[in-house]
Amino acid sequence: MTPPSVNPPLSAEEPAENPQPPKRRPVKVESSWSIMDRIGLGLAWAAGVTLCVIAGAIVIYMAYKGLQYVNWEMITTAPEASLDQSASGGFLDPILGTLLLTVIGILIAIPVGVAVAVWLTEYGRPSGLARAVESGVEIVAGTPSIVLAIFGLLIFQQSFMGLFSFTAEGGAVFGRSFITAGVMMSLVALPMVIGATREALNTIPRHVREASYALGKDKATTIRRVLLPSARSGIATGATLGMGRIAGDTAIVVILLGASMTITPEEGPGGLLRGTGSTLTSYVYNNSPAGEGNAPEKAYAAAFVLLLIVIVLNALVGLIGRRNKPQWN
Amino acid sequence: MELKQDPQSTNGNRVTGEPGKAGGATVPPLRRIVIESETAPIHVSDAVLTPDAFQDPNAGVLIDQEAESVWVEQRMRTEALSIAYGGKVAVNEVSLEVNSGEVLALIGPSGCGKTTLLRSLNRLVELTPAAKRTGRIMLDGESVDDFDVTHLRSRVGMLFQQPNPFPMSIFDNVAYGLRERGSKRPRKKELEPIVVDALERAGLWDEVSNNLSHPALALSGGQQQRLCIARSLAVSPEVLLLDEPCSALDPISTAIIEETIVGLRSEVAIVIVTHNLQQASRVADRVAFMYLGDMVECGAAGQVFGAPAAERTKEYIGGGFG
Amino acid sequence: MEAASLNGVKVSKERDRTDRRVELLLGALASTILLLIAGMVIFVFLKGLPSFTHNGLAWFGSGGNVDDQLMNIFNSPANPDDYVYELRAWPLLYATALITLSAVILSTIFSVLSAIFIVEFAPLSIRRVLEPVVRLLAAVPSVIYGLIGILVIVPWVHHHLISEDRKASVAYVIQLDGTSILVGILILFVMICPIMIAIIVDALRAVPTNWTQGAAALGVNRWRAMWTVSVRAARPAIVAAAVLASARALGEAIMLSMVAGSVGFAPNPLDGFTFFLEPARPLASTIVDNAEGLSVVPFGQTMYAFAAILLVSSAFLSFGGWYTRRRLSKYTLSAR
Repeated sequence: MTPPSVNPPLSAEEPAENPQPPKRRPVKVESSWSIMDRIGLGLAWAAGVTLCVIAGAIVIYMAYKGLQYVNWEMITTAPEASLDQSASGGFLDPILGTLLLTVIGILIAIPVGVAVAVWLTEYGRPSGLARAVESGVEIVAGTPSIVLAIFGLLIFQQSFMGLFSFTAEGGAVFGRSFITAGVMMSLVALPMVIGATREALNTIPRHVREASYALGKDKATTIRRVLLPSARSGIATGATLGMGRIAGDTAIVVILLGASMTITPEEGPGGLLRGTGSTLTSYVYNNSPAGEGNAPEKAYAAAFVLLLIVIVLNALVGLIGRRNKPQWN
Repeated sequence: MELKQDPQSTNGNRVTGEPGKAGGATVPPLRRIVIESETAPIHVSDAVLTPDAFQDPNAGVLIDQEAESVWVEQRMRTEALSIAYGGKVAVNEVSLEVNSGEVLALIGPSGCGKTTLLRSLNRLVELTPAAKRTGRIMLDGESVDDFDVTHLRSRVGMLFQQPNPFPMSIFDNVAYGLRERGSKRPRKKELEPIVVDALERAGLWDEVSNNLSHPALALSGGQQQRLCIARSLAVSPEVLLLDEPCSALDPISTAIIEETIVGLRSEVAIVIVTHNLQQASRVADRVAFMYLGDMVECGAAGQVFGAPAAERTKEYIGGGFG
Repeated sequence: MEAASLNGVKVSKERDRTDRRVELLLGALASTILLLIAGMVIFVFLKGLPSFTHNGLAWFGSGGNVDDQLMNIFNSPANPDDYVYELRAWPLLYATALITLSAVILSTIFSVLSAIFIVEFAPLSIRRVLEPVVRLLAAVPSVIYGLIGILVIVPWVHHHLISEDRKASVAYVIQLDGTSILVGILILFVMICPIMIAIIVDALRAVPTNWTQGAAALGVNRWRAMWTVSVRAARPAIVAAAVLASARALGEAIMLSMVAGSVGFAPNPLDGFTFFLEPARPLASTIVDNAEGLSVVPFGQTMYAFAAILLVSSAFLSFGGWYTRRRLSKYTLSAR
């Protein structure tokens, strides 16, 4: 590298009587990319192309296999217990199971999540407690769902939790039911709801709150009537993201839902919630070579339906975000 | 240019010029005027014709240009340059010369294409996806399209309106342009003299010499902008493009930077876009007035400000619009 | 002062009281959640403690077949004094660390390069398709990745990479059937890349154009400008993405159970390439595979010990990420 030419600055002693023409630099036509730069560029392109190939392969393969095997009958028929799994029954119950579990989970997560988020942003005193709550939520967000699952089992198998599931004759609480799985699923969705709600509330500028107080409204009314409605789209985004996570989770289902092929309610009040069943995720797992069923066709078909549900949920997130974004000037 | 205090004069100080070195222990002349003698009236040199509005002795410092001679040579030239953004014409058939040894000021109201014209000189306008350019731009006789754009940009430097030092130390900022070109990364020892020199020429050395590894973002606005000047100077450009460099700064920083600009003009061709007519009259040797994409008038500063040929120029300078 | 009501708007004292009540209520709810979470953590640790105390530090060491040991624990006699706890969990810890670290390191490199491609060099048409697809892939449930893995990748590996000779060479210790750490790392890598790419792309885009244009104006080429300015400014986000990905990788139970093998085996690097084809089972998968045995007391306690390790690892990850991000932000002041 030739050292750059530096023109000496004028000083007081040489009052520019013989001004020198500035030195010229030769025109460089060839490229200024060094070999390391070219390697870097090449790697970036390689990564990009690989990404396209992998993404395309997954999407195309799932679409191909799914469309090959899925049909209307499968979606609307309940699973049957039979020796030849690959020719019998559909997966209606797992679909219903997914829907039911998602609804239970999000119905718990939304009020709790919004309440905690409101407390964190609008109140948050004492600050030590607020920080502890934040850390707690982060811990839950980072906890593997398998750990949440066995913890759920631990709790709901205690005898005083018997009303949430089926109790065997020896007194052993089964601990596995829609409601127990639903409660743990709400923990999975909780950090998303809290995060999205906090973000939405923080975007609301201070003058909105101040205007409401100036009108004489107290804090609770302000939150209820002014802030939460504006945060609606943020809450909806968080809830939809949470639903996506619930729908896709397998570990909690496998451990806490009791693995019955069809939805089996218990006797007594709230039987459906206390009953067992399966979801699309556990159905896919069980029908793959890793589980018992060994019916890959149905696994593909169920996976395809699951993928569609997840795609729809994610598209919803985008739509909600774009349409209802409140504009604050 | 050196500022001499006329002890006999009761009217004030006669200003003749010399680009003082901005470093060192003495406070440079311009700075002294602005900081220390705010109310002292300043005699305006007869050599520079000004419209009536500028004859107010307290309006500012005008720089006498007769006392020095500087080598003036054409560096860049545009020929019928037109730039359009998605159909809307921003610059319309502008032909302009940029010479080393002088400061060219582009003035005009907002949205008249000054910045677009400036950014086309170092082909930065290509970063905007919808921009289309026709016409020729020449650097030292070669069309700028003919050679590598990064090479062009290392010869034609640019300063932005908002100071934009990188989130690195002061030393790393100034050395950035030198380190990140070419395959061989120069060692710190090789870079030190260049960095120090650049900081001196930018008028920042005495303020940061004690700690060059200080984060650049911790500096004040004016210091950051001077750091950006040093950063541009370190790669030894032949042309320096300044896009309203002082609009975000306080008057003291502005004065220091204007002084630096005038001091640099003998080595580097300078083009400055400015909204501020007083600033243009302070630093410019030649002035080009643009209005809605057209180059209305271009000539020596004294002539454009004192006796503008076009009606529109007269209106703008007189404050009729803008 | 009387708490009068003017036009339905409560006057100060009563307003304060309502505010106070709502605040206490919400605070109580938040505290309850916090207690539940803390309770969970403490509970898991307490339940897992006996396994640690009975084995001491040797719990983390190696010795014997971990699956046999688990079987023995499961078959412990019913008398609490005769519970069997002996466990040498090294194969499981080793598998967890190996699979997680490999996948995260590979994924970080690949994701940074891909993000650079998407932000700077990709043609517009490719970018418009690729970005939504990547975000979609981030939401795909892990069981679907596991399905493709076990139905497509594992058989392929079995057919093409595992010859009879190779099988024979390790037959005395382990069976090779295609489920392996290679497939596990590969699919885990595919699983965690999309979310990392999405985060890093957002971070690269958020770098102020002041800086990127400033670098361009100095005559620095696109790759150098991207690498030295944008990627450098995005370092905290890269660390955050890596931490997030690590947490997901650490906790991945179902997919790895399907494709990485269900044997508590520690792959041996001295086997050369065969090392990659040997199966393994990380902690999370071990818990899932053995979930039915939770009711047997010492077995359940062993499982909770595994869960405790996972919790501690996640916490360490979070803390390490937070600390690294703070160090990296030294030169960036909150000007934005």
